[in-house]
Amino acid sequence: MDCVVTGGNVKVLAKAIHSLSRIGDELYVEPQEDGLALRSVNSSRSAYACFLFAPLFFSRYTIPIGLAFRCKMAIKSVQAVFRSIATLEKTVEKCHIELDEQKNLLTFTLHCKHGLVKTHNLSFQDSESLQAVFDKDSYSNVFRSHPRLLVDTVVHFPPSLEEVTVSVSDDRMWVKNHVEDETDRSKAMLTELCLASDEFDHFSVQVQNSVTFCLKELRGLLVFAESTGLPISMYFDEPGSPVVLSVTDSVLEGNFVLATLSDDSNLRKNNTKRACTPPPPPDDFMNDDMDSYLIAMDTSVMPGPSASRPPSPPLTNSTSLKQTAAAKHRTRLPSEEEEEEEEEAVNSSGPPNKKFCSLFFGSVLPPSSQMTTQPLTGQEVLASDSEDDVQ
Amino acid sequence: MPLSTQSQGDAEQYVLVASLDNARNLSNILKAITFKDHAIFSATPNGLKVTVEDSKCLQANAFIQSEIFQEYTIKEDSVGFQVNLTVLLDCLNIFGGSTAPGVSTALRMCYKGYGYPLTLFLEEGGVVTVCKINTEEPEEPVDFEFCSTNVTNKVILQSESLKEAFSELDMTSEVLQITMSPSQPYFRLSTFGNSGNAHYDYPKDSDMMELFKCTKTQTNRYKMSLLKPSTKALALSCKVSVRTDSRGFLSLQYLVRNDDGQICFVEYYCCPDEEVAED
Repeated sequence: MDCVVTGGNVKVLAKAIHSLSRIGDELYVEPQEDGLALRSVNSSRSAYACFLFAPLFFSRYTIPIGLAFRCKMAIKSVQAVFRSIATLEKTVEKCHIELDEQKNLLTFTLHCKHGLVKTHNLSFQDSESLQAVFDKDSYSNVFRSHPRLLVDTVVHFPPSLEEVTVSVSDDRMWVKNHVEDETDRSKAMLTELCLASDEFDHFSVQVQNSVTFCLKELRGLLVFAESTGLPISMYFDEPGSPVVLSVTDSVLEGNFVLATLSDDSNLRKNNTKRACTPPPPPDDFMNDDMDSYLIAMDTSVMPGPSASRPPSPPLTNSTSLKQTAAAKHRTRLPSEEEEEEEEEAVNSSGPPNKKFCSLFFGSVLPPSSQMTTQPLTGQEVLASDSEDDVQ
Repeated sequence: MPLSTQSQGDAEQYVLVASLDNARNLSNILKAITFKDHAIFSATPNGLKVTVEDSKCLQANAFIQSEIFQEYTIKEDSVGFQVNLTVLLDCLNIFGGSTAPGVSTALRMCYKGYGYPLTLFLEEGGVVTVCKINTEEPEEPVDFEFCSTNVTNKVILQSESLKEAFSELDMTSEVLQITMSPSQPYFRLSTFGNSGNAHYDYPKDSDMMELFKCTKTQTNRYKMSLLKPSTKALALSCKVSVRTDSRGFLSLQYLVRNDDGQICFVEYYCCPDEEVAED
């Protein structure tokens, strides 16, 4: 691997790494044909983030052909390379990322003003492939806005607040702090903000409901989005299925997948309490198949992304369709959305209503050994396929 | 100045009297060498030299020339005493050490001689505080025998460029390795931390490089924990001279400009950590 980043893009790269550091302790680096993928997942696997920098983002992008390389490294050590992020733009002229396979070192070389050259040789570990399975186009509720809108919203919540609840109706979005249980509610301070649909660039609600997710990761993405000025898109369905936050432009794509609190009686009560929010959605939106949203992790080192295609499990018919659509989504075809909705309906009518009260995916994840034998593997590969399809 | 008028009478008994209109000119430069409590003061007619040492491996000296002081009288060729530096700094900032323009603490520092406390008269806004700090038996500072004729390599850099490097140094590295060479990499700072190593290379023709005089390739390691305090001096300074002698001893000289635009010097000496095979 041999990539060169120049000018303002160095800062973009640095900001991406900093916002990934809000997610987990490790950075997964995977040079792919369609660009350099940087990923991170938190320890409970309830939050996942991925940035994909297209080859055009770089002034030079060469990766070894036919040899899949992926590694993980402590995100802190990569952050250290870009430590003084405030002065980065002024001081760094060029950043060179190179893989030294003999020494097993990933070298970041920063060419700075006044001829100063900073070389960081970082050790790395081989890693499994890290892929979250999600399909933005299958989501019923989609929003897009300038990051400023969300930044101005989030600023009202104290840094100590862990989760926010986002509720939507046809023309409004409410963001409020999430309070754990009824006893706390009487004492806690409640903050709620209401955003009208015309504040968004895009506001489409199919199902009026609310989801609760962690604020920390959202803040991480906001820092990135604000510095790059890229609009943020938000996708979500029913409680319990993840919310996807993404930023996209011609040379990069960033997706944050965050677990949401599963629907429990508490939440339902809250929903019904509010006059303008309809009662909880019909059952077939709640019996969602958790597995299809699980962050699938293959613990064994996989061969090339598209080397093997496992036999299609029953689910794959609909999912594979979704995947191709997901691939199309990367080229931003809004017309795909209706099609997706149908598939969603097919998909959700399958498995029985799952009863679980866990907060995050992590706690319902099967042990990794089992995972590989379950349909998850198929999806995992499918997710990789979708990226191949872009080529 | 109320201080100078009132003190005319008793000036006779002091062997050392030094006055400053702005105590910050002293406290700032003392902060640059604060890493141990005990500071050895030695005053000569040329000025004041304050020395702080750590483990006989690191020595920091601050020089405040007599011209910096508004009044500087010394009755002997040399006057030496030792005080607790932290206490002295607390006294100098007794009025809060405000950095607001136009507000300054005036200082008159007096010493009667061996066995007497160091007396500080501090005045701000018409309020006078008198502090007496007990002096200690002055220790003999370690002589690092760093002499300019043995200097093999020397570079002078604008501090700005080193500040950046020092603020980013990987503190998980036990040592900072300094390479100076007449050929590539010219001037290199290296760290060896938990997650890998890092090198900062300064080319000799950089516009941050004011002087480059290296005669022989030298690579030496210095304990990060020892060099850490020198960043305080670096932060204050505008230029820094990095020298190594034939034994690998390191001398860092910082040129510090005070609030009034006058120049003082801070100097750090550090022993090398171990011999490194030269390549």
